[in-house]
Amino acid sequence: MALLEIENLSVTFGALRAVDGLDLSIDEGEVLGIVGESGSGKSVTMLAVMGLIGFPGIVKANAVRFNGAELMHLDRRARRNMTGKDIAMIFQEPMTSLNPCFTVGFQITETLKVHEGGSRSARRARALELLAQVGIPDPERRLNSFPHQLSGGMNQRVMIAMAISCRPQLLIADEPTTALDVTIQAQILQLLLGLQREYGMALVLITHDMGVVAETAQRVSVMYAGQLVEERAAAELFASPSHPYTHALLGALPERGRDRARLPTIPGVVPGLYDRPPGCLFNPRCTSARPDCAERVPPLETTHQGRVRCFYPLQASKTGV
Amino acid sequence: MLRFVLTRLGILIPTFIGVTLLTFAMIRLIPGDPVELLVGERGLDPVRHAQLRAEMGLDRPLLEQYWHYISGVFQGDLGKSIVTKQPVVEEFFTLFPATVELSVCAMLFAVALGIPAGILAAARRGSVFDHSVMGAALTGYSMPIFWWGLLLIILFSGILGWTPVSGRISLLYFFEPVTGFMLIDSWLSGEPGAFTSAVRHLILPTVVLGTIPLAVIARQTRSAMLEVLHEDYVRTARAKGLAPLRVIGLHALRNALIPVITVIGLQVGVLFSGAVLTETIFSWPGIGKWIIDSIHRRDYPSVQGGILLIATTVIIVNLLVDLLYGLINPRIRHQR
Repeated sequence: MALLEIENLSVTFGALRAVDGLDLSIDEGEVLGIVGESGSGKSVTMLAVMGLIGFPGIVKANAVRFNGAELMHLDRRARRNMTGKDIAMIFQEPMTSLNPCFTVGFQITETLKVHEGGSRSARRARALELLAQVGIPDPERRLNSFPHQLSGGMNQRVMIAMAISCRPQLLIADEPTTALDVTIQAQILQLLLGLQREYGMALVLITHDMGVVAETAQRVSVMYAGQLVEERAAAELFASPSHPYTHALLGALPERGRDRARLPTIPGVVPGLYDRPPGCLFNPRCTSARPDCAERVPPLETTHQGRVRCFYPLQASKTGV
Repeated sequence: MLRFVLTRLGILIPTFIGVTLLTFAMIRLIPGDPVELLVGERGLDPVRHAQLRAEMGLDRPLLEQYWHYISGVFQGDLGKSIVTKQPVVEEFFTLFPATVELSVCAMLFAVALGIPAGILAAARRGSVFDHSVMGAALTGYSMPIFWWGLLLIILFSGILGWTPVSGRISLLYFFEPVTGFMLIDSWLSGEPGAFTSAVRHLILPTVVLGTIPLAVIARQTRSAMLEVLHEDYVRTARAKGLAPLRVIGLHALRNALIPVITVIGLQVGVLFSGAVLTETIFSWPGIGKWIIDSIHRRDYPSVQGGILLIATTVIIVNLLVDLLYGLINPRIRHQR
């Protein structure tokens, strides 16, 4: 059974459709990568799952089921009891995501206090255990540190410790390594994967870095302008992408463009509020677009390999990237 | 930290000199002769007049008078009042508790109402409540104190008869001052009804004096809160599943308070200048009324000394507020 099932999710901010009719599911213990450029709706989707979309954003969906429970129908308190406990999230900017006015220890034990209660000393012991688990040296001392006394990598470890403190079934990592040094990035990814295996939790990794996905994810969802355009098992997707957008994203990987003088890029940007093209949303930037791509909207087709939203998906033979 | 405190204390000296120069010059720029005002309408023959002026040292050149004054100040001697012949310092500290009592109550009133109002306005941004609070704050801030005071007296004392018009306590009660703070003294006296009377006398002046700080604090809290509510750590707090009250009242407020504290510190100066008007309207026997009376009598030493002591108080309070930052904001505490 799927752990999280999203059916026809839309998130709008006024006239802007940040997420547009999205279907997504995550199995227990699975690692799902969600990729796409900035503005493709990756983060907004997961913020909606967390119930963190505030005014003026409006979230609509046929269903958002977590463990069989319909999140859209839960009252606020029941929903809050779930967020931070069963579903947890870590963010892109570790330096600003922790509250500068409180110690690391306070911020970790606070989550425990709200969701699990227990004695003060038990919470403190658990916080020490968590800090050690996420690889923070000298946890006893770090418990009394403030976020500004720690490096970005250390702060992200603290965020991770906080997120896993109640042993969530689903951990959402929103570009967890983007703000970090390259050397630290790999360590944080390894830490996340290690914890995912140890706790048996599902992990959603939101990123625009295809390299990160290749190293970590079992399955990949590619988003473009608020829509799902392709979803496949990671290995297959990297070997033979079906959607031209996925193909272009992979083509822009430096590892794959070694013999070329210049790294290929995708011309143009993700369409915004007022420049959404008719037909397929990607057609103005697509190298294999045909005239009718601008006339009809392609549906999300289920194939034997996965799902793809394209009239003319690339064939395996053509995609020798 | 120590260097910070020493620097701030160092600024005191030029400020002192500036204040003495300014008050010394201003009071002498106002037309009027202390001797003539002292004698009244009976008049005085020119010989005796000159004699009295010489006694007060007013016949000396201004520069010499200033030198005489400032050298006294540096020895802790602010001179004696021309009118009462009492040392200025003594008079000041007899009346000072009345002003402190009023100012502290006004500030508590402003903080106790202003911070919650600002928080709620920010949390319910764009709501009727938000617009009402901000409208009221703008009105309160623009309200001339003397007029506002008179309006309240007319309504609550004149028409409704709920509060007394003036003074610190009803004339029915008399007891020796112990602390100089009427609330405490009336409580200690044990006389039935004395404390209630003191409280009733304090209500209107507190509201009048607290109005401007209240408006400023409410506006500042709202804007600081709005800024902080968009911060990443507030989103993190929500993602932890914390209740809105805890997210706003703890995680956001703690950060929003930093600029609010600055503003509260700055309001101390506003409070003292407001006290001058408020005390005059309500015949409150404090420093403000005393300085106004001294100006009317051209009591040069009292005016000079009083303003110097008030300026010192404001500077010291601001210094204490700066030290308070460290308690609230760990990023400042750990700066070396």
